[in-house]
Amino acid sequence: MYKIAVIGDQDSVLGFKALGLEVHAAENVEQARRALHDLAHDNCAIIYLTEQLAAQMGAEIARYKDSLTPAIILIPGKEGSLGIGMANVKTAVERAVGADIL
Amino acid sequence: MPSTTINPTRMELTRLKGRLRTAQRGHKLLKDKRDELMKQFMDVVRENREVRRRVEEGLMKAHSSFTVAAALMSPEMLEQSLLYPKQSVELDMTFQNIMSVDVPQYQFRTKSEDPGEIYPYGFAATSGELDDAVAALEQVFKDMLHLAEIEKTSQLLAEEIEKTRRRVNALEYVKIPEMQANIKYITMKLDENERANTIRLMKVKDLILKEALEDRREQDQQALENFG
Repeated sequence: MYKIAVIGDQDSVLGFKALGLEVHAAENVEQARRALHDLAHDNCAIIYLTEQLAAQMGAEIARYKDSLTPAIILIPGKEGSLGIGMANVKTAVERAVGADIL
Repeated sequence: MPSTTINPTRMELTRLKGRLRTAQRGHKLLKDKRDELMKQFMDVVRENREVRRRVEEGLMKAHSSFTVAAALMSPEMLEQSLLYPKQSVELDMTFQNIMSVDVPQYQFRTKSEDPGEIYPYGFAATSGELDDAVAALEQVFKDMLHLAEIEKTSQLLAEEIEKTRRRVNALEYVKIPEMQANIKYITMKLDENERANTIRLMKVKDLILKEALEDRREQDQQALENFG
């Protein structure tokens, strides 16, 4: 059985608790980093991470990018979307095709 | 350009020809794999963009409801209401194989079937906006799950395509031309040796003939002198 977790600042992720997801509130990048590593080693299949935190965690995200679990999915935090998630889709296309063709 | 360490022998030639055949077959197969992966990837990536846009919109809506709820309620109250969730989700993961790439597929189950179970609080002390926020989140959650599946798939496919593309290029532009050049080099060298051998034989034959002729002439001379 796998878990679904959400990492982000308190206000952005509180609501996910009601859905029954595992919520880890992280006030700074250091906490988010630790939570991410703990979850990755703890049978977690999907980790939703707010873009605000993800912006400073490029290395950690890249580390899990090519492994099957966990899937780290960026979601906009309460301040709105930074466009990192969309940019990542673009990067995947560039990586595969060699140029952005979409 | 033949490498310097190559041995111009017949055995090496046979070995190289075998390797070239294998490389060409491998190249063709890898090219087909790359094309098919690319086809799948484009579909996945298009869907990925679509789903992501939907999720981001849905989440922004949920966040705005949530902000209003947070403004209407005290932070302690808000936290208290959501502290102990009634609902919990369980996730099952199976794998699907797309052209030898394992991609995850998620099946999720909620512990309770009752859709009302997502509200872990009594309605008396909380703001209606909170209900809206939680309902909006619940709605977007299915898309979020789909997004997780499809985004991971696109990442894994992108990695595999990159690898395959490199292999195809390495075979096409480095390995195969190198082997072809080596084969040509060996063939030329062997032909050259063959010609050198023929010439040497002809020369030797000439020498031997010349000697035999001189011998014969000497004998004839001797015979004439003896007779005369």
